[in-house]
Amino acid sequence: MSNIPADLKYTKSHEWVKLNGDGTATVGITDHAQDQLGDMVYVEAPDAGRSLKAGEACAVVESVKAASDVYAPVAGDVIEGNAGLADAPESVNNDPYGSGWLLKIKLADAAAADGLMDATAYEAFVASEDH
Amino acid sequence: MGQHTPLYDAHVRMGGKMVDFAGWVMPINYSSQLEEHRAVRQSAGMFDVSHMCVVDLTGEQTRAFLRKLLANNIDRLQAPGKALYSCMLNERGGVIDDLIVYFVQQNFFRMVVNAGTRDKDLAWLKKQAAAFDVNVRERAELAMIAVQGPAAREHVLELLEPNLRDGAAALEPFFAVPNVDEHDWFVARTGYTGEDGFEIILPGRDAETFWNALAERGVRPIGLGARDTLRLEAGMNLYGSDMTEEITPLQAGLGWTIGWEPADRDFIGRAVLDQQRAAGAGSKLVALVLEGKGVLRNHQEIITSAGNGEVTSGSFSPTLGRSIALARIPAAAKGETCEVDIRGRREPARIVKLPFVRHGEIKVSI
Repeated sequence: MSNIPADLKYTKSHEWVKLNGDGTATVGITDHAQDQLGDMVYVEAPDAGRSLKAGEACAVVESVKAASDVYAPVAGDVIEGNAGLADAPESVNNDPYGSGWLLKIKLADAAAADGLMDATAYEAFVASEDH
Repeated sequence: MGQHTPLYDAHVRMGGKMVDFAGWVMPINYSSQLEEHRAVRQSAGMFDVSHMCVVDLTGEQTRAFLRKLLANNIDRLQAPGKALYSCMLNERGGVIDDLIVYFVQQNFFRMVVNAGTRDKDLAWLKKQAAAFDVNVRERAELAMIAVQGPAAREHVLELLEPNLRDGAAALEPFFAVPNVDEHDWFVARTGYTGEDGFEIILPGRDAETFWNALAERGVRPIGLGARDTLRLEAGMNLYGSDMTEEITPLQAGLGWTIGWEPADRDFIGRAVLDQQRAAGAGSKLVALVLEGKGVLRNHQEIITSAGNGEVTSGSFSPTLGRSIALARIPAAAKGETCEVDIRGRREPARIVKLPFVRHGEIKVSI
């Protein structure tokens, strides 16, 4: 069973969003996603300043098996991409909600994350996808 | 629903992530694919390759049949037990399949072909065999386990029956014990990883006991994911990716497997190969190490001064810590570099000589 922290919001494309309470959000991929993709060997996080629409491809995570796009769960401007992942892509596997974060966004709209799933809904969504 | 090998339950019990592969349900990995890869390079790993198709060829004209059927020269096999890698070609010189054939005994050869090509291979074999006194018999009841890595032989030898053990211990690389013993076990010092080890063909009913005994000795189960990165590092082609029915061995880096001599051996596809040998094959297979960012993947476009090509097998090399690939490019392309279109960006790659890795050692400059 994968780890799904209660204080995060989730997307159907398996990103997580942490609202930092100051108009910014941190984004990564879920434990379930990293487990499905397998060992990460290359991660490309976006540069600061890039303006993202919700649903836009904003990062690439490549496991030994395949490349996958990561989609912006919310609209906003990129404040920081996780540069540390260039040398340690395995952080996405080992610590997907911590050092494996991908980007930080300044939210375009304070209510932008309202439409995302909470942990309970995401858990049900993952279970439904597995069957 | 796909077919199960005799080891299906063992895979599930060991945590294998099961996927569909060529009509079979097979483990892609059990835990970390990178760790599985490294276990084979550094110690020993075991692979269920029971989905591969074993075909026994017997009869007075078996050798004559194989002279006609195979691009490589079966007469290179004079010592009983010796193995040969060859392509089986169509009339256009395209590769129907690549395979290993073992000279077991007089009038008895054993062939191992790919799972994904089983149906068409058997149809082709039977069609071509009609003109010869040769019997084509698929051995679907047999399982096959590869044990590979620097410690692989030691682990296997400890588990073999004394009769078979002495023969297996004495094998040179690319030889098999030249008989199928009374229990239907067959041991060959061959593999698909660039490491030492054995491939063992055995009755399906014996497979799980042997597999579990290897696991108890610490031999790690390895999924298809690591099998692919290991063979790529070893510089070995994958049928369906690096060669197809539209590609000749000369276009697939397999010129060394063509038995040109004697010149009057009229094997299937020879006319096209002779022509390409004289006039040029148009394209060639090269090995790449990515210098830029990203990961090389199948079907990415290659840009050279002589025209464009394509990645045929691309992945990340756990041993090199870099992305590597096999790619088909115009034969006229010169120089030691090219560019690859990776997700819309042109990244530089260097052309190197195969293999990337052999017996645990990196063989290219990185």
